[in-house]
Amino acid sequence: MADAVEPEKKRRRIEDLTEKMAVDGGHRDGACDWDGRWNHVKKFLERPGPFTHPDFEPSTESLQFLLETCKILVIGAGGLGCELLKNLALSGFRLIHVVDMDTIDLSNLNRQFLFRPKDVGRPKAEVAADFINSRIPGCKVVPHFNKIQDFDESFYRQFHIIVCGLDSIIARRWMNGMLISLLSYEDGVLDPSSIIPLIDGGTEGFKGNARVILPGMTACIDCTLELYPPQINFPMCTIASMPRLPEHCIEYSRLLLWPKEKPFGETALDGDNPEHIQWVFERAQERAAEFNITGVTYRLTQGVVKRIIPAVASTNAVIAAACATEVFKIASSAYIPLNNYLVFNDVDGLYTYTFEAERKDNCSACSQVPQDLQFPPSAKLQEVLEYLTENSSLQMKSPAITTTLEGKNKTLYLQSVKSIEERTRPNLCKTLKELGLSDGQELAVADVTTPQTVLFKLNFTT
Amino acid sequence: TMAATKTSKEQRYDRQLRLWGDHGQEALENAHVCLINATATGTETLKNLVLPGIGAFTIVDGHTVSGEDVGNNFFLSSSSIGKNPDKLLDNDPEFFHRFTLVIGVQLPESTCLRLGSVLWSASVPFLVCKTYGLIGYMRLVVKEHTVIESHPDNALEDLRLDQPFAELKSHIQSYDLESMEKKDHSHTPWIIIVAKYLEKWLSEHNSQPPKNYKEKEAFRQLIRQGILKNDNDVPEDEENFEEAVKNVNTALNPTKIPTAVEDLINSEQCSNITSQSASFWVMLRAIKEFIQSEGNGSLPVRGTIPDMIADSQKFINLQNVYREKAMQDAAAVSKHVECILQSVGKVSCKNASFLRVVCCRSLAEEYSVDSVNKDEITSYMDSPDSEMVLYLMLRAVDRFYQQHSRYPGVYNYQVEEDISKLKLCVNSLLQEYSLNVNIKDDYIHEFCRYGAAEPHTVAAFLGGSAAQEVIKIISHQFVPFNNTFIYNAMSQTSATFQL
Repeated sequence: MADAVEPEKKRRRIEDLTEKMAVDGGHRDGACDWDGRWNHVKKFLERPGPFTHPDFEPSTESLQFLLETCKILVIGAGGLGCELLKNLALSGFRLIHVVDMDTIDLSNLNRQFLFRPKDVGRPKAEVAADFINSRIPGCKVVPHFNKIQDFDESFYRQFHIIVCGLDSIIARRWMNGMLISLLSYEDGVLDPSSIIPLIDGGTEGFKGNARVILPGMTACIDCTLELYPPQINFPMCTIASMPRLPEHCIEYSRLLLWPKEKPFGETALDGDNPEHIQWVFERAQERAAEFNITGVTYRLTQGVVKRIIPAVASTNAVIAAACATEVFKIASSAYIPLNNYLVFNDVDGLYTYTFEAERKDNCSACSQVPQDLQFPPSAKLQEVLEYLTENSSLQMKSPAITTTLEGKNKTLYLQSVKSIEERTRPNLCKTLKELGLSDGQELAVADVTTPQTVLFKLNFTT
Repeated sequence: TMAATKTSKEQRYDRQLRLWGDHGQEALENAHVCLINATATGTETLKNLVLPGIGAFTIVDGHTVSGEDVGNNFFLSSSSIGKNPDKLLDNDPEFFHRFTLVIGVQLPESTCLRLGSVLWSASVPFLVCKTYGLIGYMRLVVKEHTVIESHPDNALEDLRLDQPFAELKSHIQSYDLESMEKKDHSHTPWIIIVAKYLEKWLSEHNSQPPKNYKEKEAFRQLIRQGILKNDNDVPEDEENFEEAVKNVNTALNPTKIPTAVEDLINSEQCSNITSQSASFWVMLRAIKEFIQSEGNGSLPVRGTIPDMIADSQKFINLQNVYREKAMQDAAAVSKHVECILQSVGKVSCKNASFLRVVCCRSLAEEYSVDSVNKDEITSYMDSPDSEMVLYLMLRAVDRFYQQHSRYPGVYNYQVEEDISKLKLCVNSLLQEYSLNVNIKDDYIHEFCRYGAAEPHTVAAFLGGSAAQEVIKIISHQFVPFNNTFIYNAMSQTSATFQL
């Protein structure tokens, strides 16, 4: 069927086109651009229209802004990140940075299309940047094989827009907190130039969401923390003595048998090590047999141990596309951005729902209002700690509580450093009164969920 | 080695195998799709099919690559057939019969209708996709698509507490809550607890179960009274009883055949089984016969129960009561299948409540003046900014193309003057179909402004959406849309219409 001459002609024509481009990387203004390259984009930047943003002015300069000045930060180079980089590059953005602390795994290849089997083990950010820079002439993606916490305000401040494709709520909250910390207020009035818009995308199987956050102005991640219910772990007594499901048997093997039997010496259980998973799987099968429980499989074992969330290319493509559209709208003022939350689900047909998430007046991250802690003076510090971790609006992971007593900074409890944890552990059993705290006392709480400490005000109840 | 390839494939596809299983993956790997037009929308759709492992694809595209194509398309080269679809339709329409499904991207109306007709006759599913400015459009054309595994998000449990089968009845009877020690009492599954108290209620209420809120509250109270008390008459901490109270609504859900399944059972395909009938209909017929005999008016028991607080033995025993009944019912259905087919087939009935069929009208029916779905169009147009207006604009733009052999507003100088030309097309469209609706001038202006642009992010959104619908059709899992999907990137909203 195929006409052998046609594809050859087409291939040569593409090569001709490619040759006319500057391929040595970097952006030599306009030199990379062949005829018609940005036609699709220009129609939205250079033409007036009835639905554009009230601030929009058609101009040929908008494209130049995107190509030469607008700096975008992409957080994550995984399922969403790969799509985002492609989408941004093909929409005219050239100054892009990407941060990702992970290396490539074989199981990524069903959707993270910038990676090939030969790339397994290499840093995602670097491989992604390489691919985009080679494929999209003029695009200059700068990779950072780092955790987001490796950078401070001076790094984040340089970007016009930040777009997240993260798989962790803790990381999202941290990023959220970082952008809030960049806000500056003059006489209580927010300076709009200190706002860096945050576009956040998330996916899980066939579900996804995309949201636009203007820190200090619209609902932030913590304002809507209840939308992310905490992960449920099985109760210990069920795992230890009353298993019913194959998952209980797997957790028994992981949480109880592994530390006891230390099958590979002092090595911690590594979910990516097939030998480890095989061990957990076999012990789980034995446990299941004891109780006549069916359903323990290798796949289930791996899923439970690694807390695997199913993922496909299509959902990531949809959500990243929606996010990139918003980046374009904000960068160009072409249209009013999404206000502010989009939910997507294609299990049954295709379903989208768009709504405006509301700011919380007393949000612990963005309201600037000191958080209220109501406890009787006879309450133990342990109770305060539990409140900070279990309250659905706070959901802290391992809060470190400090305060000022007699003019000096005192750590009441800190979990993340072993020596300090041991030293401050006795405080957990002491009452707030015994610790010398008074009504109205300010407590500063640090946690992985936020780059800045959160201030709480103690309100004694009777 | 074969084993090594298998493992590496299992690892590579692990994250998606957890969604559609090995059998879904196999269907995907045996499929061969045809993409017409490797535009940005087309290649994005294809990428999202290649990544999960589609077996084969063929691209039909007669266009030569232009500068603006390279600007919005991530894929510069592809192995493609350098013919255009119109020529194929002229000379060899049966070319398209070999495909599992055909995806038609950025097709003008005339090509679309011709192709639609060929594929309809050949029963090849057809997915039409179009990115037009900030609007995405998909139309699914499939005569009859059966779904055995719809994987519903929130399915009702099948507990049969309103009509317990014999084995469940005797299992419940084996419990005597009053004489139990605390340990057993606190670890009795809530299903048993509700069943026991339901028995009590029925005997006291003339065999009438709790029906309204007041009665259900009273029933909850009755259960709460069953919580053990300690020596000081203080209720003990019995979480299983709390669960029972919490799950009263679930427990009292009457056993019912879902309307969708009821409709399928009463359908013509189910009544007239022939040697040509797909196995889906044979199974459905077997289920119908089961309902009318062994099932006593109900579907085969699903056999699963939710997790609940209980000791291992009590839970597993209860679970096995349901499981064994389900296997029994499945065997009975199998016998019916056997009788119908005179051959043995392995049947799983746990999806009986979730069977779905999607039938989309043909393009010919959608476009014909005699069968156009006027009601759907006019009722949505009561809200003049409903996504329906975008559908009508896409139709108008197609009309413009037919008349002028180009799309409106492609070049800057055309935008203004094309507005009035496009308006004429809108009016003639509305008149031809006798649609008494009003389309705001703003939309006519906006569609001229688009100049048939195919911005990458809109193409990418559609590419993800389309690919997943294709996977649904190929795997017969999850439910495809029926039949027109419109995405509006300006407002980040979407809608599905049945046209």
